Amino acid sequence: MNLIAQLPALAIITPLICAPITIVLPRGRAPWVWATIVSWLTFAVCILLLREVAAGGEISYHLGDWPPPLGIEYRIDLANALVLVLVSGIAAVVFPAAYRSVKPEIDPRQSTFFYCAMLICLTGLIGVTITGDAFNIFVFLEISSLSTYALVAMGARRDRRALTAAFNYLVMGTIGATFFVIGIGLLYQATGTLNLADMKQLLAGQTSRVVDAGFAFIVVGIGLKLAIFPLHLWLPNAYTYAPTAVSAFIAATATKVAVYVLIRFLFTVFGFDFSFMGAAFTWVFLPLGIVGMFIASLVAVFQDDVKRMLAYSSVAQIGYMLLGLSFATVEGLAAALVHVFNHALMKGALFMAVACVVLRAGSHSIQAFAGLSQRMPITTWAFVLSGLSLIGVPLTVGFISKWYLLEAAFAAGHGYASFLIVASSLIAVVYVGRVAELMLLRPPAQEGPYVLPKRDAPLSMLIPMWVLVAANIYFGIRADFTGDIARRAAEALMLAAGGAP
Amino acid sequence: MDGWFEFVLARYNYWIVIVLMMTGLYIVFARGNLVKKVVGLTVFQTSVFIFYITIGKVAGGTAPIYIGGELDHGDGHGKGQGHGEDAGHGEGAGRGEGESLHAVPEGEAANVLSGEHGEETLASKIDNLPANDLKAALESLDPAPGPAETPSLHEPPEGDLGKISNDALIDTSKPEPAPGFDLAREVHGGAANALDAAAAHGEIIYTNPLPHVLILTAIVVGVSTTAVALALAVRIREAYGTIEEDELEALNEMAEFGHTLGPAGARG
Repeated sequence: MNLIAQLPALAIITPLICAPITIVLPRGRAPWVWATIVSWLTFAVCILLLREVAAGGEISYHLGDWPPPLGIEYRIDLANALVLVLVSGIAAVVFPAAYRSVKPEIDPRQSTFFYCAMLICLTGLIGVTITGDAFNIFVFLEISSLSTYALVAMGARRDRRALTAAFNYLVMGTIGATFFVIGIGLLYQATGTLNLADMKQLLAGQTSRVVDAGFAFIVVGIGLKLAIFPLHLWLPNAYTYAPTAVSAFIAATATKVAVYVLIRFLFTVFGFDFSFMGAAFTWVFLPLGIVGMFIASLVAVFQDDVKRMLAYSSVAQIGYMLLGLSFATVEGLAAALVHVFNHALMKGALFMAVACVVLRAGSHSIQAFAGLSQRMPITTWAFVLSGLSLIGVPLTVGFISKWYLLEAAFAAGHGYASFLIVASSLIAVVYVGRVAELMLLRPPAQEGPYVLPKRDAPLSMLIPMWVLVAANIYFGIRADFTGDIARRAAEALMLAAGGAP
Repeated sequence: MDGWFEFVLARYNYWIVIVLMMTGLYIVFARGNLVKKVVGLTVFQTSVFIFYITIGKVAGGTAPIYIGGELDHGDGHGKGQGHGEDAGHGEGAGRGEGESLHAVPEGEAANVLSGEHGEETLASKIDNLPANDLKAALESLDPAPGPAETPSLHEPPEGDLGKISNDALIDTSKPEPAPGFDLAREVHGGAANALDAAAAHGEIIYTNPLPHVLILTAIVVGVSTTAVALALAVRIREAYGTIEEDELEALNEMAEFGHTLGPAGARG
């Protein structure tokens, strides 16, 4: 059996099979080492997949050898290969750091379950991305969401508010998933198929209220999972009270995967022939994207909790992605994809830096960051650099994202949008600058709960964090790599959607 | 007026779905008690299960359990496709056992059909509801190999037993075997025709099993969601001593701001 041919299945099977094994391992380091190795294996599989796709074009893998419209198909093109590499890559970086970060944050009795849930979450996210079957997306979405609820709730050892956050997330997430599955049911009623590519063909030319309703349900359902601006209420609390390593992992991956699903449904399933597409772009995604960019950024400025600030900033960044795809041009879509990738890198790095601070200070209040440069200089600079990336300073990935977005905005004739992008970036300067000022210019606390020893985070956390920071800078200079893949992916998506290339 | 009434009545299952869905969502939003919220979520999800089962219904179709004779007269592959369950299926399977693979006993098929046939509502049902399902299912089958080339359930190719079971599954995974297609295309002409002709062909109409399978999966997801939600409610009760949302909010606000905001504060 050719192992390369089985890669798509391996990307799912590896973490899925290995997750339950974690539970039987003895407590202590073993589950962490195991989960880390598995995440690296998965990352390797995903890189191989991306190479295969980049070289040989789309892969269609028939699960169990059942031919596609009837059987489940895994379909990997450049768009989801990029997201796959992103998700597994973030996992491969966050997992090694998780041990030291999570040890004081969760109940030691839960440590085996923690890594099990992390692996299951990874499985779900990869599954959502890799599959070409609508119902399969729902199942994997719920696999990842259920494990995320549990992971968020594990933050209860430090703060019991993690429990209510997890519960609210569960309610909103389940409503979202159920809306999504209603939408799929309606589309199934209209087409009789669950295969996305097949669905596209059968939907072509259909105009019925069944399809319209299906579209609405799917967009709202994914919108909830994606935390599109007015549907984002679960996100800040969940990210704030989750164990910090979990925040780093899900902030960098979960919403990105949801963006991918939205793109997949809009462009691959519905396409530009569908009557609501234009209206959805002009009246839903564009305004919500812009409003989200501003309101969430403004709210972030006034947060006294750095994790919550970063969470609101995530909502704002989702606004940029929506803005990009709402232009409905190749440039816009490519910008959205690039920003999906880049935002994962910067948010991952920022949350990892916060994880280091939480480890030493035991708090993610902004007070704990005062004078940090004198106490934890390595962590401070990682935070500052990835913060600059979040703002969009040249030589970082954030700049590349904004550059693509601005270009797309001008090309699509939305000149005012480019002004708004710059204006909202200035708000990012304020909230990142607020923390940076505290860290770099203020003296460290001499008394009170935030007195820190002069000791940086352990290497097992510093190295992963700096890997992400380095990625922020590397992909900011070598922008052609992500830009090229995103552009080709966007061209393929637009072609499939029947839009002008 | 009469037509309108029939229109509503004929879609009674959709009304159930809508009422349950709205009830469930309302409970989730309106109730402050976490367990009641979970109940609301479950009701909401149940409405979706019923919706999917409604989609799968093919008028006059029987349960999607293969009854047209036994595929497995060999011993090795009997369990492969769940034929073990046929034992419980009673007459049909029992009688089919002795028959050859190639001929479905006509009488038996007719029996199955005529049972449904007698129902009065059938014609109107077919006129309205399942037209979508059938047509959709048909269209979706188009890219698949036509039934003429596929070995149908009733004429399994010999020698390749593994393949038989595969094909059997493919066939049954769509609502209609071959001759049914043409008939179903004229489904607006009346269900009776379709069923008669299907009976004449010795075909059995199965309901679409796929939504059932999907919904089994969705039920599992729903159960696990409920389990996690209730487990969280238990933990919240342990940590806060209450599962009333406004009290929880007040406690959280106390923790965050040192005082409560809003009307819940009056009680705190």
